[in-house]
Amino acid sequence: MDWTYWLFGTLQWSDFPPKKDLIATFAASLVILAPIAVAVILTVTKRWTWIWKEWLTSLDHKKIGVMYCVLAAAMLVRALIEAGLMRTQQAMANVGSPVIGADHFGELFSTHGTIMIFFVVMPFISGLINFVMPLQIGARDLTFPFLNAASLWLTAAGAMLVNASLVVGKFSTGGWSGYPPFTELAFSPGEGVNYWIWALTLTGIGTTLTGINFAVTLYKERAPGMHLMRMPLFCWTALSTSILMIFALPPLTVATAMLALDRYAGFHFFTNGAGGNMMLYANLFWLFGHPEVYILILPAFGVWSEVISTFSGKKLYGYTSLVVATISIAVLSFTVWLHHFFTMGQSANVNAVFGIATMLIGIPTGVKVYDWLLTMYRGRIRFTPPLLFSITFLFCFVVGGLTGVLLANAPVDFAVHNSLFLVAHFHNMLIPGTLFAMIAGYMYWFPKVFGFRLDERWGTISWFLWSAGFLLAFMPLYALGLMGAMRRTSMFTDPHYTPYLMIALGGAGMILCGLAALGVQLFVSIRRREQMRVPVGDPWDGHSLEWWSSAPPPEWNFARIPQVDGTEAFTAMKRNGQPYVAQPENYEDICLPANTGIPVMIGVAGGLCAFALTWYIWWLAVVMLVAMWALVVWRSWQGEPMKEFPAELVRKHTEEWLEKARAAKPVDRFAESEPVNLGLADPIR
Amino acid sequence: MSCAAGAKRVLGAASVFLLSGCAQWPAQGLFAAAGPAAELQREQFLIVTVLVALVILPLFIGLPWVLWRYRLRGGRGPFRPDWDFSWIMEILIWGIPVIIVAVLGVTLWHSANKADPYRPIATAGPPPIEVQAVALDWKWLFIYPKQGVASVGQLVVPAGREVALSITADGPMASIIVPRLGGQIYAMAGMTTQLHLLTDHEGDYRGMNTQYTGTGFDQQHFTYSAVSPVQFSTWLAHARGAPALDAARYDALVKPSKPDQPMQFSSPASQLFQRIIAKYHVPGDTLGALPPPSAVSANKATEAH
Amino acid sequence: MSTEKKLHPGINIAQTDPKAHLEAEPVMFGFWVFLMSDLVLFTLLLATYGAMSVHGMAGGPTPKQITDLTSAGIETALLLASSFTFALASIALKYDDNQRALKRWLIVTALLGAAFIGMEIKDFITLAGKGQIPQVSGFLSAHYALLGTHMLHVASAIVWMAMIWPQMKVPRLKDLVRLRIMRLALFWHMLDVVWVAIVTFVFLFGAST
Repeated sequence: MDWTYWLFGTLQWSDFPPKKDLIATFAASLVILAPIAVAVILTVTKRWTWIWKEWLTSLDHKKIGVMYCVLAAAMLVRALIEAGLMRTQQAMANVGSPVIGADHFGELFSTHGTIMIFFVVMPFISGLINFVMPLQIGARDLTFPFLNAASLWLTAAGAMLVNASLVVGKFSTGGWSGYPPFTELAFSPGEGVNYWIWALTLTGIGTTLTGINFAVTLYKERAPGMHLMRMPLFCWTALSTSILMIFALPPLTVATAMLALDRYAGFHFFTNGAGGNMMLYANLFWLFGHPEVYILILPAFGVWSEVISTFSGKKLYGYTSLVVATISIAVLSFTVWLHHFFTMGQSANVNAVFGIATMLIGIPTGVKVYDWLLTMYRGRIRFTPPLLFSITFLFCFVVGGLTGVLLANAPVDFAVHNSLFLVAHFHNMLIPGTLFAMIAGYMYWFPKVFGFRLDERWGTISWFLWSAGFLLAFMPLYALGLMGAMRRTSMFTDPHYTPYLMIALGGAGMILCGLAALGVQLFVSIRRREQMRVPVGDPWDGHSLEWWSSAPPPEWNFARIPQVDGTEAFTAMKRNGQPYVAQPENYEDICLPANTGIPVMIGVAGGLCAFALTWYIWWLAVVMLVAMWALVVWRSWQGEPMKEFPAELVRKHTEEWLEKARAAKPVDRFAESEPVNLGLADPIR
Repeated sequence: MSCAAGAKRVLGAASVFLLSGCAQWPAQGLFAAAGPAAELQREQFLIVTVLVALVILPLFIGLPWVLWRYRLRGGRGPFRPDWDFSWIMEILIWGIPVIIVAVLGVTLWHSANKADPYRPIATAGPPPIEVQAVALDWKWLFIYPKQGVASVGQLVVPAGREVALSITADGPMASIIVPRLGGQIYAMAGMTTQLHLLTDHEGDYRGMNTQYTGTGFDQQHFTYSAVSPVQFSTWLAHARGAPALDAARYDALVKPSKPDQPMQFSSPASQLFQRIIAKYHVPGDTLGALPPPSAVSANKATEAH
Repeated sequence: MSTEKKLHPGINIAQTDPKAHLEAEPVMFGFWVFLMSDLVLFTLLLATYGAMSVHGMAGGPTPKQITDLTSAGIETALLLASSFTFALASIALKYDDNQRALKRWLIVTALLGAAFIGMEIKDFITLAGKGQIPQVSGFLSAHYALLGTHMLHVASAIVWMAMIWPQMKVPRLKDLVRLRIMRLALFWHMLDVVWVAIVTFVFLFGAST
């Protein structure tokens, strides 16, 4: 306990690079070099002011949505590379040439899971909902724009904390679920688990607030006439997800806070002995964890509903059925948490009850799958990349459903719990289910966000690589699991596993190529953006209100808030009225929240506070915690500063857009991917 | 695309292995069930698969058909952009899954009870051998209280004789399974769980810990040896000649290690298993040494069941 | 939708200022939603306490041994009284434009809250003096965590009040400050409700087992 402890906590020079193994050192240098590269580019192109004024300080839900997606994309790259490394390790170690050590492998599966759940899928969902939902319900912003920005920056701070663990010290080896007592001080001393706890705490708070924000917006900001039962299905799934966020995130906060108390203050919640009990953690964690998987999948169902209906040129089949199914899933998701630990020794009847509850979720989920099939039925299906992804999704998802029902059966679960069969199952749900939906949603809404379409050829290549890669990477894991291969194993020593591990490695390689193809697609599309512009804003003959604005939309979204008379409001407008003529004579001044740097600063302070707690740098933790609240108080003194868009500006922008719409030639669905598609749709008749 | 080429090369290499690998597939794990518990699991696996297939097969047939018939370029099916509801379809897509889940639910209720790891498997024959299993970093300790021996990394039982395992951990939570025979169930410090295993076929079966407990967890294996009665007696005699498992040897065993060879011990310390559990039932900051046997009866061990 | 329909639960200021009222509606609703989320947190702490007070003693003190009903009674009286005075403050917020009554009742509320916290700290010190610290057993960990979280909530409500105090003089913030006091009132009453649950499950059950 000398002065270095007071100043730097447990941080030491040896916690900094170079790391023990070459791969870790390489990863650390990437984390250092990437921000430097970004800074250099911003300096050279003189874009610092631009990025601060236009993006970082923005409270516009559309920009916050885009920033969420950028964060998710960056973290996706990291987590996918880690997955590739793990597949390489398992395949190579089984033939006698391991690539990394067991402790490094432990970090990898922990960061991979933590990042994929909390810093890829969750931000991606928040991003899509942020961008799309207010546009779909005819609102100008979320109810709490400042809170929205603060949530984003808290989530980003959590992600940066996980990235910091690549450079400074180590991450947890306790997996994404951080089961004690292994994650208690007795077995995991050091900073690793602390990193995990505080990263989750940051994003947990951010997500809870986001959930509240989305729910209130959906309840209170809908355009006149947009009854709940007239909302696009994506909004319904967003609502269900946000309700799950509101109720399911507190258990995570409680569980991690108790673990922190155990580790930092010697409490005995989950310790071995002195009354601590890890069974309590298992219950708390999965009380969060199971609704969490529906937080991840429900918005994906929303995306599929939009994509399948739009690219089939047809109304969504069974709207009411889908809404009922969505809500049933959301409610049931709170009643099944015990199926994550059938093997904890409770009585057979308890297991049976939770197993049956779990299978009940299969009913509404199955209904959804057939609703989508019937949506395509009697339509005119265009095989665009988003629709291709949805086909892979439908085929793979039902297989995941089958293995899900298998896992709900306690006797079968006894045999395959903790095995690669389980790993294959949840990847089967989350990759074709959620991740493909995120990619499809990205391709589907990209023209609305940036004003130009994405290249379809590279999109199709990417679809092929992702789909084939997924099948190759995960189908062998089912077989391996049934052969008794367990998850989180850094080294198998069974020659019979070799072919399966090699195929899985090939699949992982294809997935990485699929990711690269997405990058190429973006690059190619940006270069050829002039031929892909869709300024009128309706490139796919869309059904809901987000397509009824210029692409990109103005900051105020709608010059006038539309009146809604049924589901698929924009389709109705295109059929009955004339969406591109009837605009108000008298434009009004529109007020929106002014930019502010406070949310970014809250995020920075939160991140530093978490870092300080991780390393026991108490003075910094206290200073940063006080700083966070001081920033909130500062904001409360500002009132709610607004910026005003004068009526004249609104009129000018709107009339320019309408002019473009009048000048454009309506394109039918055959010419959808040609330069002639300026975003004025001519529906199939 | 160099990575695509690389992937192709790996695929090529893998397909060579594939045939040999596939041939081995049933020889391990659940599908090579060698005891009643695992056989029940396999039977459930097949029942569920068949029943759920009834729901998902229509999609595998219907989706390609719909994609072909209703494609934009050349699709022949009628185009009804506003068709969005049908009672018949609605009843089918809700009704069939409800019926199947009802059937599955009834099946599960029975099988969950039948497969309860706490329930003895055999209804007749000799009483089960009682063995106490302790999960340690990173090995399994098996104590035979009646026989007065103990072993590490090796569970030797006469074939045809059921084993009643009482399980705990002296370290992080672990989970015990013998894939071809049955399990798994968690091993948790301060608590006891139970598992019954049985096989009629002599042979060696791989057992393991499935729960991550640190860097050595993937080597926390053991062999379940089902042997003839004669071999079992020989083994017991051999173990009785081994060093005694006293407190000092046990303390050495608790330290994290990955023993290469199975170990045998004679005369495990009195009430060792109960004392390992009782160790965790004292107030904070005094954990560590084993409590004396007299203290054990005072602290009733918590049963997880 | 008419103004009538948009009345949010709780005290309304619709008569005096319909426009501010309309804007208040989603804000108040959002705060109710936040309170639900916060209540889930307390529910889980109570559930943890429930499990730990049966299984987590580890040979250490039992709930009966650490229950001080006198102290709990005084604390309850203080907190219930503070809720009553906050209700008086809310009425003053609605009808009294010069804020004197409002400020008076807020000060009384804060003082009662501070006294409540003082009593709880005294309880903790007494327990710790007997060696009954959270590090002894899972049960004591849960006890301190539950009461500590509630106390932290009350303390932050008092800090919140102190932060609003100087803003009450600022005309530009008038509408916002009103909304903040209304939300603070909801928060304060919720903490009272939580305390009633704590008194029941921790102190009354504890004394009777």
